[in-house]
Amino acid sequence: MFKSIKIRTAITILLCLAALVYLAPSLTSDLPETWKKYLPTDRIHLGLDLQGGMHLVLEVETAKAVESTLERTANDLKENLMENRVRFKLQERTKEKNVTFEFPDTASREAFDKILANQYPDLEVASSQAVDGRGMASLKIKDKRAAEIKKMAVEQSLETIRNRVDQFGISEPEIIPQGVDRIIVQLPGVKDTTRAKNLIGRTALLEFKLVDEEHSLDEALKGNVPEGSVVVNESRMDRTSGRRSEIPLLLKNRTLMTGEALESAKVQIGDRFGEPHVSLKFNAQGAKDFDRITGENVKKRLAIVLDGVIHSAPVIQERISGGQAQITGSFTMEEATDLAIVLRAGAVIILEERTVGPSLGQDSIDKGTWASIIAGILVLLFMIIYYRLTGVVSDVALAMNMLLLLGVMVAFKATLTLPGIAGIALTIGMAVDANVLINERIREELRLGKTPRAAIEAGYTKAFLTIFDSNVTTLVAALFLFGFGTGPVKGFAVTLTIGIVVSMFTAIFVTRIIFDHFVWNRKIARISI
Amino acid sequence: MEIIKTETHYNFIRMMKPAVILSLAVIIIGIASLIWHRGPNYGIDFAGGTLIQIKFQNETPTDKIRAAFKSIGFEGSVIQNYGPKEVIVRTAESGTDAKGLTSRVDEALGAAFGKRAYEVRRVEMVGPKVGRDLTRKAILAIIFSWIGILIYVGVRFEFRYALGGIIALVHDVLVTITFLSLFDKEFDLNIVAALLTIIGYSINDTIVIFDRIRENARKNTRQSLNDVINASVNQTLSRTILTSLTVFMVLVVLFFFGGAVIHDFTFALLVGTVAGVYSTVFIASPIVLLFEKIKPTGLKRKK
Repeated sequence: MFKSIKIRTAITILLCLAALVYLAPSLTSDLPETWKKYLPTDRIHLGLDLQGGMHLVLEVETAKAVESTLERTANDLKENLMENRVRFKLQERTKEKNVTFEFPDTASREAFDKILANQYPDLEVASSQAVDGRGMASLKIKDKRAAEIKKMAVEQSLETIRNRVDQFGISEPEIIPQGVDRIIVQLPGVKDTTRAKNLIGRTALLEFKLVDEEHSLDEALKGNVPEGSVVVNESRMDRTSGRRSEIPLLLKNRTLMTGEALESAKVQIGDRFGEPHVSLKFNAQGAKDFDRITGENVKKRLAIVLDGVIHSAPVIQERISGGQAQITGSFTMEEATDLAIVLRAGAVIILEERTVGPSLGQDSIDKGTWASIIAGILVLLFMIIYYRLTGVVSDVALAMNMLLLLGVMVAFKATLTLPGIAGIALTIGMAVDANVLINERIREELRLGKTPRAAIEAGYTKAFLTIFDSNVTTLVAALFLFGFGTGPVKGFAVTLTIGIVVSMFTAIFVTRIIFDHFVWNRKIARISI
Repeated sequence: MEIIKTETHYNFIRMMKPAVILSLAVIIIGIASLIWHRGPNYGIDFAGGTLIQIKFQNETPTDKIRAAFKSIGFEGSVIQNYGPKEVIVRTAESGTDAKGLTSRVDEALGAAFGKRAYEVRRVEMVGPKVGRDLTRKAILAIIFSWIGILIYVGVRFEFRYALGGIIALVHDVLVTITFLSLFDKEFDLNIVAALLTIIGYSINDTIVIFDRIRENARKNTRQSLNDVINASVNQTLSRTILTSLTVFMVLVVLFFFGGAVIHDFTFALLVGTVAGVYSTVFIASPIVLLFEKIKPTGLKRKK
């Protein structure tokens, strides 16, 4: 391709310099200022298994989102029907997750159909029956709408998780959607994994319930819990000692409102004691409900229950309009922050978790690096012993191979993982292959009595296609490995792939320059092979 | 230096029958072992479950750890020594609930040994849903890599070469699985990565020989394919052994010094490398000959 040795040498040196420039930031931390200004400063990117951190696969509960939409809309429809004096009966919801209405006569059924068609474009009748003039209609969310809701649920969760992670303060987190309803979260270097997981994996269930003041709490504690009520603990923190205590309260079972009515939640610092509290803002429907609930229950106590624990149970002084409220429990700042984050819902389940502590990561780096160095030296020595001077040429190619491989990894922001380090070591072992193929060919040609120049010419030409074919097939497997793998395995596929491509360059292009230099310029008569 | 003398004249074709019998025997042992072990020993990646790696400050016997776990109903879990002062705890449970297992384990250990006495170094939890997904993806990845290679070799060479290559690859994977099962190694994502690497690596060897067969077959059309194949395998023998030797060398180093995390991974690769060389020499090329006998190509050749 390029006949001139000078041009080929220049290309090689340029590439090596480029690789060095990319690698420098990973090797030393004090680079001159001018370097930082004009040249790349990215270090080699370590995978979670090497630098420590957390990998989570989450599933967004999209079905639940659809279900709760159905429930809300059906409730609205129910009230609408009552306002319009349509006679109906709402059936208990069965397993099928559809809402079923029952009508005593055809007139109400017709009225229902009209209201449904005019005002509820998202609902459709999944199945309807008529028995003895009594009609039944079971409703579901339209498929198209359901798909939209699911998509929205995923997007909302992504957004929520991004916000939560941002507030958690982790550098370079990765939050990527995967497939239809999954989200991958990668948190490098995270230390308090339990807290991180709580924030990400959990939606706090916020409920508003009335305190049952008609019955005696003492009776209930003895075991005579009145029907429709339940004993729940209230968590209180003594401000001076910081100790927590739990005080039981008797609550009415019925949940008046849930966290779904929330539009936002944020931490605020109280004026008087400087204590943190969580301020809530309801959405339109929530504001209406809260207005009604507080209006109906003035002078009663309303408990704010979070994941089954009462955080506060203030007395409702007056009707609260405007859709704002506060949770003024006794929190530390950290708890209040977490609570506020968690309240901005988006229900997810953790499907997969992989956490590596920083010390294990360092161990892996040390062991992997040492093993690779030892393996590399062994291979280099072996080549010299077996091929003598030609072995040295191959070794030069090998060293260059390592340099370029690492340089390319930094340049393409590829991630180095522990199997990836194994992949590098393996590349050393495999990269030799191309040289072995060429060298063995040259030996064969020499045996046929060819001159060194002719033997080298023939050796390279004949070996090239073989090297190409055999490497492409390996690449095919590496490609599937890349597609299949996550995290560490993907890192392995990456180093293997780059290693194969780079090794073809160094083994064919670079070694040829050296051979040609000796044979053309020095006119040597014998090859040490 | 030369390991293999200049001209070897082994008759590999004649060794084909015993070689195939040996391979089949190994694979049958593998199947028997799989039946005996009730299927592959799936790691949590595929079976679902939780793995927790804990390092203690001092030597801590596993029965003490087990006793500590009793309070959280964890005594049924598998506790394995994993290097000095280090254990791995495995359980089939996979807590999708966030607080779940880790903090429970943390509490139990903290109560029994004190907070400072240990360090949780690794937690891996895979839910059953993900486990099923990963299993499916792993099988598909392996099968598709076979198909991909089949197509490439089929296009670049001939279909019978491609078949020979694929049968050799299937052979390598099966032999590796046999040894993994015999040594009761765990099947996890890393093992699948190893299997795919073996596939990529073993075909590399095979292609080199095929390439030589093709070259020789064109050069000496009067020679029987039998002789051509034999000569080709012999001519490339030193290269086959040499390359595998360097890879093998690297793997041995990784196996002993690379750390426990990639131990099984390198074990699989070691087995696969040996199987790969074996199948390249004894399985792949003779199969090309076999297909030639079943369906001869148009080329005029002395039988």
